[in-house]
Amino acid sequence: MDLYTEGDPIADTKAPDGPIETRWERRRFDAKLVNPANRRKMTVIVVGTGLAGGSAAATLAEQGYQVKSYCYQDSPRRAHSIAAQGGINAAKNYRNDGDSVHRLFYDTVKGGDFRSRESNVHRLAEVSVNIIDQCVAQGVPFAREYGGLLDTRSFGGAQVQRTFYARGQTGQQLLLGAYQALERQIGLGNVEMNSRHEMLELIVVDGKARGIVVRDLVTGEITTEFADAVVLASGGYGNVFYLSTNAKGCNVTATWRAHRKGAYFANPCYTQIHPTCIPVSGDHQSKLTLMSESLRNDGRVWVPKAKGDTRGPKDIPEDERDYYLERIYPSFGNLVPRDIASRAAKNVCDEGRGVGPTGLGVYLDFADAIQRLGRKAIEAKYGNLFEMYERITGEDPYEVPMRIYPAVHYTMGGLWVDYDLQSTIPGLFVIGEANFSDHGANRLGASALMQGLADGYFVLPNTIANYLAAGPFEKVDGSHPAAVEARRDVEDRIQRLLAVNGDRTVDSFHRELGQIMWEHCGMERSEAGLRKAIHEIRALREQFWQRVRVLGDGDGLNQSLEKAGRVADFFELAELMCIDALHREESCGGHFRAEHQTPDGEAQRDDERFAYVAAWEFTATGEPSVLHKEDLKFEYVHPTQRSYK
Amino acid sequence: MVVTRTRSPIRSNVGLKAVMAVTGIILVLFLILHMLGNLKVFTGETSFDHYAHWLRDIGKPLLPGVWFLWIQRGALTIAVVAHIAAATMLARRSRAARPVRYAHRPKVQGSYAARTMRWGGVIILLFVIYHLLDLTTGHLNPVGDPSKPYANVVADFAPERWYVTLFYTLAIVALGFHLRHGAFSAFRSLGQQTPKGERRARTAALVFAVALCAGFLVVPFAVLTGLVS
Amino acid sequence: MNLTLRIWRQSGPEDKGRMVTYQVDDVSPDMSFLEMLDVLNERLILAGEEPVAFDHDCREGICGMCGLMINGNAHGPQRGTTACQLHMRQFSDGDTIDIEPWRARAFPVIKDLVVNRGAFDKIIAAGGYITAPTGSAPEAHSVPVAKANADAAFESAACIGCGACVAACPNGSGMLFTAAKVTQLSLLPQGQPERYTRVIGMVDAHDEAGFGGCTNAGECTVVCPKGIPLNTIGRLNRDYLKATAKRGDTPGS
Ligand SMILES: Cc1cc2nc3c(=O)[nH]c(=O)nc-3n(C[C@H](O)[C@H](O)[C@H](O)COP(=O)(O)OP(=O)(O)OC[C@H]3O[C@@H](n4cnc5c(N)ncnc54)[C@H](O)[C@@H]3O)c2cc1C
Ligand code: HEM
Ligand code: HEM
Ligand code: SF4
Ligand code: F3S
Ligand code: FES
Repeated sequence: MDLYTEGDPIADTKAPDGPIETRWERRRFDAKLVNPANRRKMTVIVVGTGLAGGSAAATLAEQGYQVKSYCYQDSPRRAHSIAAQGGINAAKNYRNDGDSVHRLFYDTVKGGDFRSRESNVHRLAEVSVNIIDQCVAQGVPFAREYGGLLDTRSFGGAQVQRTFYARGQTGQQLLLGAYQALERQIGLGNVEMNSRHEMLELIVVDGKARGIVVRDLVTGEITTEFADAVVLASGGYGNVFYLSTNAKGCNVTATWRAHRKGAYFANPCYTQIHPTCIPVSGDHQSKLTLMSESLRNDGRVWVPKAKGDTRGPKDIPEDERDYYLERIYPSFGNLVPRDIASRAAKNVCDEGRGVGPTGLGVYLDFADAIQRLGRKAIEAKYGNLFEMYERITGEDPYEVPMRIYPAVHYTMGGLWVDYDLQSTIPGLFVIGEANFSDHGANRLGASALMQGLADGYFVLPNTIANYLAAGPFEKVDGSHPAAVEARRDVEDRIQRLLAVNGDRTVDSFHRELGQIMWEHCGMERSEAGLRKAIHEIRALREQFWQRVRVLGDGDGLNQSLEKAGRVADFFELAELMCIDALHREESCGGHFRAEHQTPDGEAQRDDERFAYVAAWEFTATGEPSVLHKEDLKFEYVHPTQRSYK
Repeated sequence: MVVTRTRSPIRSNVGLKAVMAVTGIILVLFLILHMLGNLKVFTGETSFDHYAHWLRDIGKPLLPGVWFLWIQRGALTIAVVAHIAAATMLARRSRAARPVRYAHRPKVQGSYAARTMRWGGVIILLFVIYHLLDLTTGHLNPVGDPSKPYANVVADFAPERWYVTLFYTLAIVALGFHLRHGAFSAFRSLGQQTPKGERRARTAALVFAVALCAGFLVVPFAVLTGLVS
Repeated sequence: MNLTLRIWRQSGPEDKGRMVTYQVDDVSPDMSFLEMLDVLNERLILAGEEPVAFDHDCREGICGMCGLMINGNAHGPQRGTTACQLHMRQFSDGDTIDIEPWRARAFPVIKDLVVNRGAFDKIIAAGGYITAPTGSAPEAHSVPVAKANADAAFESAACIGCGACVAACPNGSGMLFTAAKVTQLSLLPQGQPERYTRVIGMVDAHDEAGFGGCTNAGECTVVCPKGIPLNTIGRLNRDYLKATAKRGDTPGS
C-alpha cells in the first residue's frame, strides 16, 4: 500500500499580491467588519490560553464578542508559553544597529530555510513593533537600561540586537500580561473561562466549524459547546518525542481531532531541536530542561579534540579543545541558528568526542566570560539559569563548564492556515504554535513569542471579523446529529481506553514511541530509518490498544486517562510525521535527511522539487493521507544556500 | 471596571490590621509613660506618691477632679477592646481559613515571637486584670491602699511573695515578645514598604521591646533585692 | 535509595481522606521529586492500585502548577525551589517523607494532592491588571521607567501563582500573592491610574475567597519559590490605606 496519495495543489492562500509592504494594510481594508451591536450576539470559542489564545480571547472580548475560553491547566496563567525564557523579537531598531521591518522579515525567511510564506512573515515583522508597545502598556516589566529605556540583546540567527527580554522569564511576563487582560474580561463577564477542560473533538456543521466537545477534567462530564467560530491556540506537539522541553501536558489532541475532521496538517515533520538543553541523566527522566539560548552570547561551546578523552574539563589544555562552532562558522560563531548548532553537537558526539557519563553532551564554558566580565556580571545576567542548572545536575557551572545536548523544543508544523489564519474548515482558525504559518523549516529564537502575540492581538481579531460578518449563524445545540456523533465518538474512545485494562502503563508506551521518533525522525532522518519507524509505530500502536492499562473511571479527575487519550493521538501524528519526513527528499532547516547534504555536511535544499508547503488531508483511519502542495513564491528574499560561515 | 467595595474597609483583613496597629501603638505609648512613671520609685516614697496623686490631678482646674484619669482610662479601654476585638476577628478568620490541619505540622519558619502573638496577648490580658486588682483597686495587695502606691508596690514584691514577682516577670517577658513582633508588625501594617526600612523596623522593635522589659523589671527586682523598700 | 512515603489520599471532594504509607525502592538521587512520584505511580498502576493524583505541568519551576507540602514544608526543604525542581539528592536513604496537599479553605482539595486554586484568578480578575485595550498603546519609549523601579517591579512580577505562600501561612492568608501583583503594577507609571481602585478590588476579592488575614508572620516569603519579598505586603497595606482615605475623591470607589 502506498503511504500517501497526492491531491490537488492549494490554489488560494488569500494573501493579497502586489507590494509586500502594503499587503496587510490592504487585506485589513478589504476585510468586512462586524458592527458593534452584532458582535454581542456572536460567540467565539478559543481553545488555549497561551500567548496566542490568551491575547486573542482578551482582544475579541474587548471588541465585544462573547468568548468561551478553555485550557487544561487549573488556570489560564499556566499555559506553556509561561516557560519561554529568552526573549521576543521586534523590529524597533532602538539600537540603531541597522534593524528594520525588512531585515526582520529577511532574517526570518532565511532562518526558516526558505520554506515559509513571504506575506505572512512580512506581516509578522510589521506587527512586531506594536506588540512591544502593547506589552509595555500592560505593565510587562521588560529589562531596562539606566536611562529608563528598554534594553535588548542578540539571539541566534541575527546580527542585530532586537530581542526584548525580562531576565530569563520573558514568556512568563508576556503571558501574565495577556492573562491579566483576559482576567479583566472574565471579571467583566465577557469571557467564560473554563479551566481544567480539555477539548476532545471538533463539531463541524454544514461544513463550518461550530463547536467542540470538551471534558471537564474535574468532574469527568462531557459537554458540547457551540459558537459562531472556533479558534485553536493549543500549542505545539513536541511531546510526541516523550522527552522534550515542553510542559508535560502539551499535546496534539485539539489540532489532531480537527485534522481528522478535515483541517489539513502542514509540514508535520518540521521540528526544532534546541541545542542548549541539560542532557538526559537516566531512564527516569520525564522531561528535558532548556538552558536559554541567550547563554550562547557569553558561553563558548567545545569538546575535546581527541576521541574518548575522559579527562575532566579543567584538565584538558586549551590547545586540545575544539571550539567547533567558532571553528566551522567564524562569522556567527556560537550564535549560529539552532538547527545548525544542534546538528554540529550531534556530529561531534557521533564522532565519539561527546562529554559526560553518556557521551551525549558538549561543554558550554563560561570561564572566559567570567574572567573577562567578572563573576558578578555573569551572575547578574544569567544567575537564575545557573542556579537552575545546579539544582538539576548538582554541578556548579561557575566552577565546571555546563554540559548541554540538543533536545526537541518546538514544532514548526501545525494545522495549515491561509493568510487569514483560517484552516481548511471554514470557521476554524488556528493561531500560535498550533498553526504552521510563519517559521518555515526552522524558527529563529525569540520569534515564537512574537508570532503568538502577533496572531492573538493583531492578526486574528482583524481577519476573523471578515468571516463573522456573515454571522450570526443559525443556532445549533447538542441535539444536532453532528454534535451527537462527535460526543458519542468521545465517549466511545474513553470507554475503549478504560476497557483495555492491559498490562502496560501509558507512560511506558509514550516513552517507547518517543525513542522511535528520536532515533529515526529526530535530528537526522534517512529513508531506511523512517520506513522502519513507520513500521514500528504501527506495531506499537496496535499494542497500545491491546495492552494499555488505565485504572479508574471517566467520572472524575483521572490523570492516566487524560494521558492515554493524548498518547493515542500522538501515535497517529507520529506516523504522519514520518511520512512527511520520508516524502520530503531534501534537507531544510530542522529537517535533515542524511541523503541530502552538501560535501561539508550542511543541509542541501532542493528548491526545484520541494519549495512547497506539504499540507496533509486525513481520509480515514488506516487509509493513506492525501498530500496537497502549496507552492512557495519568493519575490523579495531570494533563496540561497543558507550560510552562517 | 468600576470597583465597588464589597465590604467595609475597616472589616477587611487589611483594615483590621490597621486597627490593631493603631490601638497597639496607643497602648505602647501608655506603657512607655507608665514605665517611666514607675521608675520614679527610685526617687523615694514621697516623690512617687506625690507623682501618683499628680497624675489624678492633671487638667485641674480645667477639668474637675479625676476626670483626666477617667478620660485616659476610657481611651485605654476603648483601645484594648478594639485591639482584642480585631485580634479575635482575625484569629477566627484564620482558623476558618484552614479547616483541615496538616498531619505533619510545619515547623516554625518565621519568628517565634510572630507565632505566639495570640497566646502572648491572652497572657498579657490576664496579667492586666490581676494587676488592676492588685495595684489599682488594691484588692489583691497586702497593703491595698490606693492612696499609697509606693507602699503597695513595696509590699507586692517583698521577697516572701517571690511568686508575685515571678508572675510579673513572666508577664513582662511575654509582653516583650508581644511587642518585639508587634512593634515591627505595626509599622508593616501601616505601610512600611522598603527592605531597608524593614531591617530598621525589626531592629527598632527589638531594642524597644528589650528596653521596655528592662524598664519594667527593674522595679520589682529593686524591691526584691531591697534597693527600694 | 529506599524511601517510605506517607501520602494524603482522598478520592474526591466529599471523601474525608487519610495518609497512606508506600514504600519506594531504588530511587536515584538524580530524579526530581515528581519523577520519584512518577515511579511510584507506574508501580501502583501495574499493581492495580489507583495512581496518586498531583498537579504539575512545566516541571521547570515556572508554571506554578505543582505544589506539595513535603514534611510540612511547602515545596519541600530546599529554599527557592518548586516541588518539580526539587531533586532527590536532597533526601537520604531510609527517609520517611510526608506528602500533603496545600491546606486552605480557599483551596479545596479536588483529589489526593490536587487542589483548586481558582481563588487566585478571581483576585487578579478583581483588579490585577492595567487596562490597556489592544491597539491603544502609545509608543513603548514614550514613558521611561527608572531602572530601579523596573527591577523592583520585575522582582514582584516573578510570582508564579503556586499558592505555597497560602499553604505555609499560619493564617492561610493569600496576602503575599496579592501584594506581589499590587506592588508590580503600582511601581510602574502605567499602573498609576488604577492604583487605588486596584488594591481595593483585589483585597476585597482576597477576603471574599476565604483567605485569612496577614499578621506579618513572614512564613510565606520563606517558602516562596520566587523569593517574593515581605515588604510587598507593606506596599499593599499602604496603598490600601491611602485608597481608603481617598475614598471620597476616587470616582468609582
Ligand atoms: C522551554 C521553552 C522556552 C522557550 N523560549 C522561547 C523564547 O525565548 N522565545 C520565543 O519566542 N519562544 C520560545 N519558546 C517557544 C514558545 O514559548 C511557544 O512556541 C509559544 O509560547 C506557544 O504559544 P501558544 O500560545 O501557541 O501555545 P501554548 O502556550 O503552549 O498554549 C497552549 C494552550 O492550549 C491549551 N490546550 C492544549 N491542548 C488543549 C486541549 N486539548 N484542550 C483544551 N486546551 C488545550 C493549553 O491549556 C494552553 O492553554 C520556548 C518554548 C519552550 C518549550
Ligand atoms: C490585652 C490583651 C492583648 C491581646 C489579646 C493582644 C493580641 C494581639 C494580637 C492577636 C495581635 C496580632 C498578632 C499578630 O499580628 O500576629 C496583636 C498585635 C499587637 N499588639 Fe496586642 N494584644 C494585647 C495587648 C497588647 C498591649 C497591652 C499592647 C501594647 C502595649 C499591644 C500591642 C500590640 C501591637 C503594637 C501589635 C501589632 C499590631 C500589628 O500587627 O499591626 N497589645 N495583639
Ligand atoms: C512591674 C511593673 C509594674 C509596676 C510596678 C506597675 C505599677 C502600677 C501601679 C502602682 C499602678 C497604680 C497607679 C495608680 O493607681 O495611681 C499601676 C496601674 C496600671 N498599670 Fe501597672 N505596673 C507595672 C506593669 C504594668 C504592665 C506591664 C502593664 C500593662 C501591660 C500595666 C498596666 C497598668 C494599668 C492599665 C494600670 C491602671 C491605670 C489606671 O488606673 O488608669 N502595668 N501600675
Ligand atoms: S508569592 Fe511566591 S509562594 Fe505565593 S503564589 Fe507567588 S510564587 Fe507562589
Ligand atoms: S505567612 Fe501569612 S501572616 Fe502574612 S506575612 Fe505571610 S501572609
Ligand atoms: S510543574 Fe511548573 S512549576 Fe512545578
